[in-house]
Amino acid sequence: MLGYAGKILYVDLTTGRTRTEKLSEDDAKKYVGGIGLGMKLYLSNSKAGVNPLSSENPLVLALGPVSGTMFPTGGNGHAFISKSPETGGVGEAVSHGTFGAELKRAGYDAVILTGKAEKPVYLWIDDDAIQLLDASNVWGKSPFETEDAIKGEIGDYYVRVASIGLAGEKQSKIACIINEKTRAAGRTGLGAVMGSKNLKAIAVRGTNDIVVAKPEEFIEMVKEFHERMKGPAAQKYRTLGTAGNLLIQNSLYCLPTRNGNNAYFENAERVSGEALNDRYIAKIIACNSCAMRCEHEAVVHEGPYKGTLARMEYDNIWALGPNCGVDKLDAIIKAAELCNYYGLDATSTGVAISFLMDCHENGILSHEELDGIDAHFGNADALVQLVEKIGKREGIGDILADGVKVAAEKIGKNSIQLAQQIKGLEVPGYDLRCLKTTALSFAVSFRGADHNRSGAYSMELKGKVDRLKAEKGRGKLVKDAEDIYVLIDSLIICKNAKGTLYKKIEEMAKLYNLVTGIEMTAEQLGIAAERISTLAKLINIREGFSRKDDTLPWKVMNQPITEEGPVKGAVVTQEELDLLLDDYYQARGWNADGIPTKDTLQKLGLQDYQNITLGKEA
Amino acid sequence: MVKLHERKFVSADPEKCVGCQICEYACSFNKEKVFNPLKSRIRVVRVNQLANMAVTCRLCEEPRCVAACPRDALTQSKETGAIELDKDKCNGCGWCVEACDYGAMMIHPETKIVYVCDLCKDNPEGPQCVKWCPEEAITLVTSDVLAQKARISAIKKLFQEKEEK
Repeated sequence: MLGYAGKILYVDLTTGRTRTEKLSEDDAKKYVGGIGLGMKLYLSNSKAGVNPLSSENPLVLALGPVSGTMFPTGGNGHAFISKSPETGGVGEAVSHGTFGAELKRAGYDAVILTGKAEKPVYLWIDDDAIQLLDASNVWGKSPFETEDAIKGEIGDYYVRVASIGLAGEKQSKIACIINEKTRAAGRTGLGAVMGSKNLKAIAVRGTNDIVVAKPEEFIEMVKEFHERMKGPAAQKYRTLGTAGNLLIQNSLYCLPTRNGNNAYFENAERVSGEALNDRYIAKIIACNSCAMRCEHEAVVHEGPYKGTLARMEYDNIWALGPNCGVDKLDAIIKAAELCNYYGLDATSTGVAISFLMDCHENGILSHEELDGIDAHFGNADALVQLVEKIGKREGIGDILADGVKVAAEKIGKNSIQLAQQIKGLEVPGYDLRCLKTTALSFAVSFRGADHNRSGAYSMELKGKVDRLKAEKGRGKLVKDAEDIYVLIDSLIICKNAKGTLYKKIEEMAKLYNLVTGIEMTAEQLGIAAERISTLAKLINIREGFSRKDDTLPWKVMNQPITEEGPVKGAVVTQEELDLLLDDYYQARGWNADGIPTKDTLQKLGLQDYQNITLGKEA
Repeated sequence: MVKLHERKFVSADPEKCVGCQICEYACSFNKEKVFNPLKSRIRVVRVNQLANMAVTCRLCEEPRCVAACPRDALTQSKETGAIELDKDKCNGCGWCVEACDYGAMMIHPETKIVYVCDLCKDNPEGPQCVKWCPEEAITLVTSDVLAQKARISAIKKLFQEKEEK
């Protein structure tokens, strides 16, 4: 069982005790690694109904079998898994960089953090030596400052650090966990879980060798993927980056603008990937082991935000830009930098701000209630001020800091209709009204509204399916796309490089075999993917989720697209959603309420979890 | 007769280096069949997001590592300029590590003696970091070629600035 480190580290933050356990070979084969293994470990180590921000809720950090190897993008990922304080269901977020490779070399496949430290601490994993060290001098500091301070304290520049900012400390439900300054395990609020444990950071040094089962064949596969990464499959990421999608989506009228009131942004040219690259991108850097590098670093050279540096992607430009009606790139970059500074998920932060602007424009919140901030769509200064307020949980920022669902509950006045969220998680930049397969994928995504649980938007943007049609067959398409994504997040490789996997699961199985030495056919790995997807669903069912939670934001179902053009009038009706859900559940072997049937659990080797579905599967 | 410099050493272009650390993996795999940056003869430094650079032995003309070794364990190859180690003489004292301005001399985590770039002399393909670097940031060059490149880019920049004005 090479590839795997073979060990799981348990850290009880309450007592400071640590222990290790052998990784079960059965778990490794059944759940692969990354989010798959992490969710399995979460389920085994948690109780139903646990308060996500209590000491009883474990936080799992998991790596994949490929982490730490030279496979391009395979070396670098790590995943956090817990119960999400935002959704109340399973929360998971993957990040890349170098942290994961370092942890693998330290000798662990996963770290399970339980309890709560009495005072702020950071976890120092130095191969076998595990310590909880005082974090009082970095408490209140940004992840950027924390990383430098810890490296200085330990006295090793090559130590890797993942940490939370002020938002995580204050248990903001949209807080993320940042590693290597610009990489974030962003979604589902796991920074708040870390903060609730008084755990400021995890620092790692790993000195062990990583060995693969079949080195010569493995290196040949690496060479092949290096070649592919020079070709068209990686072209977009090597040049404009994900920000290149902005104008494409605008031209297709699926760029949610002003909190989803519009599907088209008239000033998109000003905030496009092209404009960004022309004027702000100073360097494109790579994660560990990656041969296609895509991390676009933007620097503002003049004006009020001079000196700002942030990693820019489609997601944060959209959330802080068109979504808020803002067309000033320098302010958007500043807002993105502040999200990193406070440790906030930029997507959720942007949607929280656009929600507030929408409330203001609709007269739900007055100028005074907004601490005097002129929160109209398009006001770039207000955008920057509001990120600050959310990061510090100050005034109106305190209301927004737990996401739009909680904010709408506090504000009332039917503002929930303006909250762009599913299962409590803010909707990223895809207008679901005219991307109906994507809408289905967002509705059923186990972590709430998210494009990174299936990437279904890709087939619609490329015109591979009629995006305005809700028809049978879409359920299977979403299921298959989801299965590829859970495998990417379990092996951990990178979604931006998915285009280089010409033969998808077949090649993932080959990679798994060359690294671990475990024989795994494409079919078996495909079943593992179904098993992992269903396991995630089981966690949600344990926490009380059912069909009613697989839904869409109010606007997507009640406010048709108004722009003249190819998608005017588009909306997703209840009938359409029902048809799509039925089709999807059927493809998954779940019943009409979205509960896996006995047969499905049996087929996937999940019969041990039948108690979760008991009485619901009929 | 005046001669051009012939010694070729491994050099990374900071403009092109993206900090991916593939050179480290290629090096440790070629030398020791494992993936481990601590066993790589070339190391990547990311000072901040914008400053990335891989660094290894530069085959100095009067190498301070050789001069610093109290046990005469280090010599410089007359042919290639590579630093060569007499394993029996080295005791891992680390004086060469201190002497090197580039951090190219390192103490091996297992053998506890010095290891340094040897230009992959045992591999017919030559330096593996050069071969693997996806950005073509790492090259095997002479100091004359490096100087030429620097001159050309400086002049280009000068004229570009003039045009912009």
